[in-house]
Amino acid sequence: MKRWLSKNLIKVYAFLAFVYLFIPIAYTMAFSFNNAGKSNLTWRGFTFANWQNPCGAPQVCNALGNSLKIGGIATLIATILGTMIAFALGRHRFRGRSAVNLLIFLPMATPEIVLGASLLAMFLNLGINPGFWPTVIAHVMFCISFVVVTVKARIASLDPKLEEAAMDLYATEAETFRRVTLPLVMPGIFGAALLAFSLSFDDFIITNFNSGTLTTFPKFVYISSARGIPPQANVIGSTMFILALAIVLAGQFVSSRKNRV
Amino acid sequence: MADAAASTKGDLTLTNLVKEFGDFRAVDDLSLVIPEGSFFALLGPSGCGKTTTLRMIAGLEEPTAGKIAIGSTDITYAKPYARPVNTVFQNYALFPHLTIFENVAFGLRRRGIKDVKEQVTKVLELVELAHLAARKPVQLSGGQQQRIAVARAIVNRPALLLLDEPLGALDLKLRRQMQIELKWIQTEVGLTFVHVTHDQEEAMTMADTIAVMNEGRIEQMGTPVELYESPKTVFVANFLGQSNLVKGKVESVDGEDLNVNVHGNRIVVPANRDFSTDNHERSVLIGIRPEKISIEHPEANTLGGGIITDISFVGVSTQFQIQMPWGQELAVFEQNDGGASHLQKGDTVSLSWKPQFTFALDGTADIDAGTSVNPDEE
Repeated sequence: MKRWLSKNLIKVYAFLAFVYLFIPIAYTMAFSFNNAGKSNLTWRGFTFANWQNPCGAPQVCNALGNSLKIGGIATLIATILGTMIAFALGRHRFRGRSAVNLLIFLPMATPEIVLGASLLAMFLNLGINPGFWPTVIAHVMFCISFVVVTVKARIASLDPKLEEAAMDLYATEAETFRRVTLPLVMPGIFGAALLAFSLSFDDFIITNFNSGTLTTFPKFVYISSARGIPPQANVIGSTMFILALAIVLAGQFVSSRKNRV
Repeated sequence: MADAAASTKGDLTLTNLVKEFGDFRAVDDLSLVIPEGSFFALLGPSGCGKTTTLRMIAGLEEPTAGKIAIGSTDITYAKPYARPVNTVFQNYALFPHLTIFENVAFGLRRRGIKDVKEQVTKVLELVELAHLAARKPVQLSGGQQQRIAVARAIVNRPALLLLDEPLGALDLKLRRQMQIELKWIQTEVGLTFVHVTHDQEEAMTMADTIAVMNEGRIEQMGTPVELYESPKTVFVANFLGQSNLVKGKVESVDGEDLNVNVHGNRIVVPANRDFSTDNHERSVLIGIRPEKISIEHPEANTLGGGIITDISFVGVSTQFQIQMPWGQELAVFEQNDGGASHLQKGDTVSLSWKPQFTFALDGTADIDAGTSVNPDEE
């Protein structure tokens, strides 16, 4: 027994760690099949009804639509701006570069509750009512930092000799960027966009301050938790999880194909 | 723009080229003509300015002063993509996201050539790697990547091909093989090759003309034979191969010969091999290559009273370290043809050589210049 344990302890530990990580996800998935009544807290029997009618609960798909729209727009803007900042920081020496490098970390380090409250105060002072666009602006703000950090790491790992080689082989600055730099940095930009989207989709605190009467998916779940979360929320949550997993697996598959003969 | 560049032909001329990085002068007033079609080597220790010179020719570095021209076209400030120059980079810099075919086709496509298949296939056949066209660079060995880097450059038929330590990352055996191959490719395609290296053997094997660089300047330029047999400076004498340099005083000049007193011995140096630059009132350094010295056969120039302190057998020759009466250690290489096999450590011997192998350099020069540089540093 003792010998078996010393040989397999790391496996046992890994197994327990994964169980710990996945129990909440498994629970969410399982209860998406619950034949729920008023609340989805106790198991009342298996059903496909929730999956067949994911918009069955009032407002749930409306909230999901808002979250997808905000996430999509915020991701697009944050990825473009963040990538540009990352290139500036990674490739150019300019006055105030180290200051920018430091400041870019601030939104990540600042408590969300403070950011959310300050943003609301700022919007109100400017005479802008909370709603869709203030929420998008707020999301772009906190996503940018993560995009910059992710893309900058990718740029740093890029051999500058490759760009010199492209220029040496008759590619102009623009062609070099399009044919060599951008394709090589693309995995980093793609990863940054995924991260930005999941941060935006997931955000509750800052959104709650700045969205006014607009309901996003996390807000919907929070509000409905008072009177019972409908199982459709579990269906949507599970779908998002499976989608994310599929994207990651597809990415791994593509990159392993690329490196094979 | 690229097509205009492609029609530029002729000798490469560097005129009073200077490159400064802050206070550091990497290239110091360099002037040089590299004839069209030649295989030219810039040889020197790391930090001598050879790579900076190459990068200025490629357009990757802007000169502080001076002029670069190919034929009559001034390219000093032309963008790298607007000059008919291609480079084989030190670590090849193959594009990892493109196939071998697309790597080689890159330059042709940028110049707007539509049908690249024939040219790419031809150059891949030249480097014997046509079967790997569909692979990615990571799937190739170092030697194969090196050949692709050459193919990617020569497919463009540049007026000038620059090679930046192209064999540095390969092991010794592969390096020898690639030296011969590169030389063959150069004759085959007839382009001007400018090769930057710190490896004197590599430079001598491949180049028609070598410029030895030191501290941003050219020490001496010539064919491998000229540089080896008639080094004009102590740096060249020590950096290219090995030299025995001994201090002496010129006693008289009699016709064609200099008579030099070397620690009491009379050594004859032909006047046309006296490369010292100041007058003969002062001391000179007399130089002799280790393989020119014979321990057994008496010749006109002889230094006696040496004691063998070390013997090492290296196959084709045996290398002796001999301590002279004035304390200096000299090196002698003897062919392993049976002549010197009886010699042992501690034997007292005389060193002899023919006067025509002797050369004379400035007596005031630092006798160790060019010896302490480690050629494998880079």
